[in-house]
Amino acid sequence: MPDLSPLWLTLRVACFATLIAFGFAVAFAWITARLTFWGRDLLDAILTLPLVMPPTVLGYYLIVVWGRNGWLGGWLYEHLGIILMFTWQGAVLAATVVAFPLLFKSARAAFEGVDSEYEKAARILGDTEIQLFFRITLPLAARGLAAGTMLAFARAMGDFGATLMVAGNIQGRTQTVSMAVFDAVQVGDYQLANTLVVIMSLVCITILVMTNKLTARRQGGTRQ
Amino acid sequence: MRLEVDICKTLRSGGRSFVLEATFASRDDLTVIFGPSGSGKSLAVQSIAGLVRPDSGRIVVGGELLFDDSQGTNLPTRERNMGYLFQDYALFPHLTVRENIAYPLKKTWYFGLLPGQRQEVEEIMAAFEISHLAESLPSELSGGQRQRVALARALIKKPSILLLDEPFSALDSMLRHRMRMELLEIRQKFAVPLVVITHDPADVEVFGDTLVVFENGGVKEVSRRTHQPETADANIWRQKVCWRAK
Repeated sequence: MPDLSPLWLTLRVACFATLIAFGFAVAFAWITARLTFWGRDLLDAILTLPLVMPPTVLGYYLIVVWGRNGWLGGWLYEHLGIILMFTWQGAVLAATVVAFPLLFKSARAAFEGVDSEYEKAARILGDTEIQLFFRITLPLAARGLAAGTMLAFARAMGDFGATLMVAGNIQGRTQTVSMAVFDAVQVGDYQLANTLVVIMSLVCITILVMTNKLTARRQGGTRQ
Repeated sequence: MRLEVDICKTLRSGGRSFVLEATFASRDDLTVIFGPSGSGKSLAVQSIAGLVRPDSGRIVVGGELLFDDSQGTNLPTRERNMGYLFQDYALFPHLTVRENIAYPLKKTWYFGLLPGQRQEVEEIMAAFEISHLAESLPSELSGGQRQRVALARALIKKPSILLLDEPFSALDSMLRHRMRMELLEIRQKFAVPLVVITHDPADVEVFGDTLVVFENGGVKEVSRRTHQPETADANIWRQKVCWRAK
């Protein structure tokens, strides 16, 4: 039986990364979709940057910011004794950053797709801004958010470059499936490589099929 | 019902700008705001509802000061207790008819309605003859049914005034006449003053006890009907206008 521990670590990292990215993406997506302010396009560009940047460059930035001597990493180490580099939490950080833009873009499109008349109607019917967000905006954007979440999860599972830079490739501690496949091929362990590749491919295909279904239902949905 | 509006609002988009300078008053329960598209009538009514904040001026409805920039008063939309019928009704597409109507009563998603509130919803659905549609989604309704649901939702909290933005424009001409009659009956039944935005002269005939004519962002004319029909029998002229409803 091949060692499947990288698979469980990958799922754990991807779950945490997607969860964290979801919170930030929804907040920034709502801000950029609903508020008009100076520098909005610049903010959008910065938030989308991880999508187009080479993963190793992104990893380097993360080391500069979150490393033991980095701007934020230094503070974390000094005050809380926390080190993110070469830990599975570091892998979560890298996966969060690479997955974030996919969720952010989907969420922004989903929020922009919600007709503002519904929000006006909810205000007149007595809702506060928070109430109408949870009762109207979020449910109406739910399919777009779910599709973005799935894409982000798939991206978080498959990251290689940024995770390698931040968390390294330590067997049993930070080695995710992508790195385990790379190592297995390097040492000629094709049984392990094949097993992991088949499992990852099936998971990714399932996610893409579900995403397509959600998107199709959204296009032909109940919006008036 | 006393309605006083005296507001200024400038909208800018790209290099263009639109200036609304609206001053009018009405003490009738039926007021029509009439004018061509782009004349500023929707902007004025959205200001009354609190959806748009005027740059300056004053809005008083039924003796209550809703907006006065000189005093720094601007009552939030949710506290103005107004009914508003949107042009496309704005029924929430993810909620059933019953949930749409109960929406203003239910303020959280985890607690259900109180028994008294549930009763209220059932009664208003019965009054609008839409009880059989309670579990339908808005996308499954006809134009007339959607309007009834939107009216029921707007009236369930007993608003102090009902604002209607081109209420019949989404309906075909036969249905339009019937819905005018229904709206008059609803006004009497719920004792709620109406402010109707329209560019259809037939609506002016039916609802225009006070007529406010908008043109190019300003009020061109305010006039009152000289022969006010006070009794039910005197509504004959209205029925004539809506003769097709029969």
